[in-house]
Amino acid sequence: MVEKFDAIVIGAGPSGNAATYTLAKQGLKVLQLERGEYPGAKNVQGGIMYAHELEKIIPDFREDCPTERHIIEQRVWLLGDDSYVGTNYRSESFNSDKPNRYTIIRANIDKWWGEQIRKVGGLQICETTVTELIRDPSGKVIGVRTDREGGEILADVVIMADGVNALLAKRANLQTEAAPENVALAVKEILFIDPELIQQRFGIKEDEGVVIEIMGKVTKGMVGTAFLYTNKESLTIGIGCLISDFKNGDCPPYRMLEDLKNHPVIKPLIEGAEMKEYAAHMIPEGGYKAVPQLYGDGWMVVGDAAHFNNAAHREGSNLAMASGRMAAETVLELKAAGKGFTASNLAAYKKKLDDSFIMKDLKKYRELPGIMHGNKQFFGTYPDEITAAAHNWFTVDSVDKKSKEKQIMKSFIKRRSVMGLVGDAIKLVRAVR
Amino acid sequence: MSIVVKVEEKLYQNRYIVDESRPHIQIKSEEACKSCDRQACTVCCPAACYSRNETGGVTLVTDGCLECGTCRVVCQDKGNIAWDYPRGGYGISYKFG
Ligand SMILES: Cc1cc2nc3c(=O)[nH]c(=O)nc-3n(C[C@H](O)[C@H](O)[C@H](O)COP(=O)(O)OP(=O)(O)OC[C@H]3O[C@@H](n4cnc5c(N)ncnc54)[C@H](O)[C@@H]3O)c2cc1C
Ligand code: SF4
Ligand code: SF4
Repeated sequence: MVEKFDAIVIGAGPSGNAATYTLAKQGLKVLQLERGEYPGAKNVQGGIMYAHELEKIIPDFREDCPTERHIIEQRVWLLGDDSYVGTNYRSESFNSDKPNRYTIIRANIDKWWGEQIRKVGGLQICETTVTELIRDPSGKVIGVRTDREGGEILADVVIMADGVNALLAKRANLQTEAAPENVALAVKEILFIDPELIQQRFGIKEDEGVVIEIMGKVTKGMVGTAFLYTNKESLTIGIGCLISDFKNGDCPPYRMLEDLKNHPVIKPLIEGAEMKEYAAHMIPEGGYKAVPQLYGDGWMVVGDAAHFNNAAHREGSNLAMASGRMAAETVLELKAAGKGFTASNLAAYKKKLDDSFIMKDLKKYRELPGIMHGNKQFFGTYPDEITAAAHNWFTVDSVDKKSKEKQIMKSFIKRRSVMGLVGDAIKLVRAVR
Repeated sequence: MSIVVKVEEKLYQNRYIVDESRPHIQIKSEEACKSCDRQACTVCCPAACYSRNETGGVTLVTDGCLECGTCRVVCQDKGNIAWDYPRGGYGISYKFG
């Protein structure tokens, strides 16, 4: 006999975990399927974890959640060839009893979620790849097929939390392939190092963390960013660019990462550390305009699979958790009202998203991906000019300051016309307004 | 900068559970690769699974694959890559991620 559940959740990332936990906690019979050897085996994150969304689902997560360091300082660096200009923000107030951002090692977090799900009676099964959605003759999704023997399982509703590749929705013609300019490819490494050295080099105490977001020459003019984060006994370093740019360029991602590691500003920070893993993963960065159909008869899609990612703020896992929770709450509400999981009833999920920060933020930044993609000067000319300007300004050479200002302006204008500069400023303001 | 990067050395650190002789990604037509002007898969793949061969085509070895999906996105206009996940439990198994 084919087994039947109230709900099936595909994927054990933050979106699927939030959905499964929320449903199981309210006593629903829920099955979560994950293709990895264990939860996290396939997943990659920088990673910064934002407390707020997790707190809504598991208020006392801090008791046993295996986070690394709470973040007390955020740096944003623009790298030139051998220099950087940047801003740092550090505050003692980030040392509260309930910090709001942590660095994490992703596999540890996904395993922890697995335990939480089991505690509330959810069933999580790993080493199982869902190969297809099962649909009835009307097209309604009624279950899933897996690569296990006799692997058909039925459910009243299926939540797709299968991440950025979203193969299942694509196979069922519920989504089309993502355009290369709408997805980034990121590569990263974890580098193990004596925690004392981390504390010295970054000027922090035990448990305190620093994150550095990096732009500039290291992406070789491609639209992209890099990062360096402090964990307890390791550092993570990574870099990512739009796939359309990798496609048109000639620099493989691992070379870009190696050049970053050897940049004169970065190298001293990671010196002596031992590389223990190299990972790659895509990030959905097309924003609002790339969000696909989010629900239909018997199904919803959440997290990266729904293209919920705010590239401008490096937020992904929080949108994933929030959308997973909202999908689960929609299921709970419909069930309590004795309503079926038809497309028109599941539209309530979209309403929740629209009313939340997820769709509001994506909408706010809707023009940004296009602008970044169509205006490479933000990644090529500007880093050069800004670091050169800083160099000029801080070089004490008996040139008067007024002349220096003129030189700097002239150099900017030479590389990019006045109208170009003004136009860029307007575009940016419009995109983030 | 001209640093020689050995991606194999990076991949060597990773843990894989190999599904012998069941590659989860396949090139559909060798001929199509020969007439593909940029052969962008050879640049974009973060594990260097694709390499240009003597015949002017491209050879795919999925052993180091990180299952990111980039090649599928890159080749979508040609549609020459049949891309699937490995069977449940197989493939890359990140310890840290
Ligand atoms: C390099 C990098 C750095 C990042 N940094 C940050 C950061 O600092 N902060 C932040 O908030 N976000 C960050 N993100 C984004 C964040 O990781 C994602 O937004 C988040 O993981 C999305 O969660 P998800 O649950 O939707 O998908 P995923 O985490 O991708 O989970 C999907 C799960 O589904 C499983 N799966 C897929 N297909 C199937 C199938 N057919 N059958 C069974 N199981 C399947 C996968 O194995 C996986 O476990 C980063 C991403 C990358 C790549
Ligand atoms: S991009 Fe596609 S068609 Fe072109 S060489 Fe690679 S696999 Fe072949
Ligand atoms: S999925 Fe990623 S790692 Fe695997 S072959 Fe394609 S591009 Fe390379």
